[in-house]
Amino acid sequence: MSKLHTDREYENELNDLRSRLAMMAYEVQKMIQYAVLSLQKSDTKLAEEVILKDHEVNRHEVEMDDLCLVILARRQPLGADLRFVTIALKMVTDLERIGDLAVSIANRTLKLQKMPAIQIPGNILEMTHGVELMLQLAIESFLDADAVKAESVLEKDDRIDELYHQLFRTLLKEMARNESLIEPLVHIQSVAKWLERIGDHCTNLAELVVFMVRGENIRHMNHAKT
Amino acid sequence: MIKFEVKKLSAWYRDIKVLDGISMPILEQQVTAIIGPSGCGKSTFIRCLNRMHELSEGARLEGHVLLESQNIYAPKVDPVLLRRRVGMVFQKPNPFPHLSILDNVLSGLRLTRRPKNLEIAESALRKAALWEEVKDRLHKPGVSLSGGQQQRLCIARTLAVDPEVILMDEPCSALDPIATARIEDLIHELRKNYTIVIVTHSMQQAARVSNKTAFFLGGLLVEFSDTSQLFTSPKDTRTEDYITGKFG
Ligand SMILES: Nc1ncnc2c1ncn2[C@@H]1O[C@H](COP(=O)(O)OP(=O)(O)OP(=O)(O)O)[C@@H](O)[C@H]1O
Ligand SMILES: [Mg+2]
Repeated sequence: MSKLHTDREYENELNDLRSRLAMMAYEVQKMIQYAVLSLQKSDTKLAEEVILKDHEVNRHEVEMDDLCLVILARRQPLGADLRFVTIALKMVTDLERIGDLAVSIANRTLKLQKMPAIQIPGNILEMTHGVELMLQLAIESFLDADAVKAESVLEKDDRIDELYHQLFRTLLKEMARNESLIEPLVHIQSVAKWLERIGDHCTNLAELVVFMVRGENIRHMNHAKT
Repeated sequence: MIKFEVKKLSAWYRDIKVLDGISMPILEQQVTAIIGPSGCGKSTFIRCLNRMHELSEGARLEGHVLLESQNIYAPKVDPVLLRRRVGMVFQKPNPFPHLSILDNVLSGLRLTRRPKNLEIAESALRKAALWEEVKDRLHKPGVSLSGGQQQRLCIARTLAVDPEVILMDEPCSALDPIATARIEDLIHELRKNYTIVIVTHSMQQAARVSNKTAFFLGGLLVEFSDTSQLFTSPKDTRTEDYITGKFG
């Protein structure tokens, strides 16, 4: 961290924005974790908790948007501050989407109740750990303004994509083998798809951090999205 | 195209060095903003561009200032003629109090009364976006105008001698937001035909009006970049600290 702002109230506003974003990311991370756990344990109460938590995340999003607008209007930030605030605005959107995807996963837990029980594939669990770590690193890199750490998130996304494609092929084969499992397996496939999308949002977050730190836009440059 | 080429320019007041080896180009038909904390040498720098620096007590300089490749400090250069090519607008509007609006505009011209003068004055006042407001009161004193109008009158006076470069030293610091917007709009217009260098304490103003921005600190040129780059992603941490408000 470099020097502090001479205007301490401004410094506090930026810090407030920073900690709220961290808080929101923490909640979203929990949502992913609980959504997949609810699926694994077939725990409808936990799934409902995730769905409820989403309202909180949505409220965070609105508050953060307001805070960013107020800072832009009152402070007219420049340089690193300008990048920080505009990037916070975008990060909030990615975080909110991740929350929505966690809700979609939690909804599958409810749907699967009425279907033949199935084992949650290991790839789903590995993907879950993967994207949780990506989110964690993305937020840490944001808080520490650490572009190298942010870049480590980008590399991890390839593994998530790989796990997804692998699982997709396996699921197709299983469906062909056992028609009675087609419906639950389609749900599992959707869950995998959403985890893969969460990975993409984490990649977005990390790219934003690289821009914030280095002032150079690396989006749409080296990472062709799948 | 390069209008001014400044090379290793240093300046002193007596034995105090206030500019230290400044090198930068100033491009034609562009607006170059100079920003930096009070006392960093902004005014001194632009006063070196039309040889007004040497009018101060104990002032001295080293290095080169080339205007279209000609050294403006060469012995054969007449500073008075140079200042007609490189005009200056100051922080406080300073119309001559005893002169009418018309005579203020014409005050930089040779003193002979010529029939063309009225034409020249009208054209300068139009370029300064003041004509419509003063055309019916040209013989009223210049100081009867509002602050913002007086500043545009001073710009008209500068334009009347048909300069190539206009130096502006905090031209809006005494003006309200509307008068400021008028001057900034005028700068956008003038940019098409003139080279403009503006010193300003408002970073927002520098960001709004200029193509290039130079950040000075303690007599040094810290960073000279495209304005859009300097205010979003400056290269030097000293620039970053200054534009984000981290002082001292
Ligand atoms: N006529 C003078 N005689 C002696 N020292 C001077 C003179 N004019 C300026 N200085 C000194 O030279 C340094 C640079 O002054 P300058 O006026 O160029 O700064 P500036 O960047 O324009 O500041 P400001 O933003 O306050 O107008 C300052 O330390 C100032 O005190
Ligand atoms: Mg000055």
